[in-house]
Amino acid sequence: MTEAGAIADHQPPEIDESRRKFLTVATGATAGVGVVLAAVPFAASWAPSERAKALGAPVEVDLSKLQVGQMITPTWRLQPIYIVRRDPSMVDKLAQHDAQLKDPKSQNSVQPDYARNEMRARRADLLVLVGICTHLGCLPKQFFDAGDPVLGADWPGGFRCPCHGSRFDLAGRVFNGSPASTNLVVPPYTLRSQNTLVIGADDAAKQGAA
Amino acid sequence: MAPETAGKPGNRAASAAGLWGWINRRLPVEAFLRASAADYYAPKNFNVWYFFGSLALMVLVMQLVTGIFLTMFYKVGAATSFDSVEFIMREVPYGWLLRYLHSAGASAFFLVVYLHMYRALLYGSYKAPRELLWLFGMFIYLALMAEAFLGYVLPWGNMSFWAATVIVNLFGTIPVIGPGLVEWIRGDYGIADATLNRFFSLHVAAVPLVLLLLVALHLVALHEVGSNNPDGIEIYDKKDARGRPLDGIPFHPYYTVKDIFGVCAFLTLFAIVVFFVPTLGDLFMEKANFEPANPLSTPDPISPSWYFTPYYAILRAVPDQRIGALLMLLAVVSFFFLPWLDRSPVKSMRYRGWISKSFLGAFTISFLVLMYLGMQPAQEPYVTMARVFAIPYFAYFWLMPFYSRIDPVKPVPERVTFHG
Repeated sequence: MTEAGAIADHQPPEIDESRRKFLTVATGATAGVGVVLAAVPFAASWAPSERAKALGAPVEVDLSKLQVGQMITPTWRLQPIYIVRRDPSMVDKLAQHDAQLKDPKSQNSVQPDYARNEMRARRADLLVLVGICTHLGCLPKQFFDAGDPVLGADWPGGFRCPCHGSRFDLAGRVFNGSPASTNLVVPPYTLRSQNTLVIGADDAAKQGAA
Repeated sequence: MAPETAGKPGNRAASAAGLWGWINRRLPVEAFLRASAADYYAPKNFNVWYFFGSLALMVLVMQLVTGIFLTMFYKVGAATSFDSVEFIMREVPYGWLLRYLHSAGASAFFLVVYLHMYRALLYGSYKAPRELLWLFGMFIYLALMAEAFLGYVLPWGNMSFWAATVIVNLFGTIPVIGPGLVEWIRGDYGIADATLNRFFSLHVAAVPLVLLLLVALHLVALHEVGSNNPDGIEIYDKKDARGRPLDGIPFHPYYTVKDIFGVCAFLTLFAIVVFFVPTLGDLFMEKANFEPANPLSTPDPISPSWYFTPYYAILRAVPDQRIGALLMLLAVVSFFFLPWLDRSPVKSMRYRGWISKSFLGAFTISFLVLMYLGMQPAQEPYVTMARVFAIPYFAYFWLMPFYSRIDPVKPVPERVTFHG
């Protein structure tokens, strides 16, 4: 008998369906796990690079030239930081409009524990905020004068976002009727001396801890 | 069988002599063209609304060609992008033309796609058996929105920067994972060079590939189920002795010639825009985008391109960011559900009753009014008006299961009709 004849006479064995199904599922599952694992480095490449992280270290700001009622906007982690030296009349007004605020006690807002108070600050005269609207990230503009003609006679002074019209008071607390739902974020900061602010660190001794 | 006479049944060109036969025995070029054009029957009562599918395809090709050439001169990077776009505009020979064709082309793309989609609303083209055709079309629309947004960021003007900020922050409204997701998309603590680089990659490679795949699926699905028509009648229900639809005509030459006319008319209007009003006031290109990106200065007022403003108006009409983002998402996603929301026994608006017509009319007006409102500053009375006009917008979709059932429809004719 030739070799070709032997193949033609050979009876195919009965197909083991359960074995075939097991091998199909096992191969598919292994490939699936492999695809997920192989996707990890691709997805992870989108995270901030080491350079971006290094540039995000805490920054020091000198407050000696900041006058009462004025604002400066240094940057930290590409975000403008609003630093306002509030005068006593601004501070007094903050307690008078809680009813018009969405989150007067800052319970649903983001801030370090030492800023979860009426002033949203370590020191009543010094307001430190991330100057980015919590709605969709535009920069709220300063409208510090009470009764501003654009914002009405009962306007106590604060910020207004040009993009979608969110309004915030001089503690960064959002007013009712704004598209934003939470107060402006207070970044971690500490005062190394009376006039030296460190943004991005909760504690002067541990500056890298942000 | 000798290879010279091979070829599957229906591949008539396989027995042809010479180079044409040689090719067709190896690749069924003629059989494919015949099946998809000369032997592909389309309803004979198409009207002006049926120009926009082929126009969308033409604009897609134009965007690919102009995009490939712009990529030859554009230098991606936060330090180089803005300057390289100015270089294209001022110093590359005909660079201004390449860019204006591409930027006005983006607006033209949305215009023809919106008209193409509206045709489906008018004549019920999304209804069975065309549900998948409609879904592929909607995914094309989503990919197109992503592509337009990513491309808008590339010139790295100040509107580019703030558009990227606002859109990326929309992902931050997702509970729990939102803030981490935003940082992952940006690759930095704000919109930065890393963001621009990945957006460039997505804009020139990833999204166009997805778009081409979806367009191919859209066309395969179309040729499987055949085109709908203004009467909403299935032409394959009435066939002649040879199985050809009585109300159909071969796509080629009849509709290829018609579509060439449409392309000529479109290109005439498009050329007028590109050569005489390339920015169309502030509609196609905003003044604020001729300033370099500045993370410390938000343009005032800020508004997206005209084709996004209906959704934008809905977003900012809601005094809660998460609900606002959800409603905006719903405004887009609602279209996907149309084939299952519509319970009318009739496809075309021609034979629907006053209820369906009123809801579609109210939707049309509210879409246009929201488009206008989204371009206005975020002040009264615009915000309240947006709240009012969002109601008919959503009612069109989500009351459809009810009103389309009680709508007093008219009898549908047996054969297609001609109206003027």
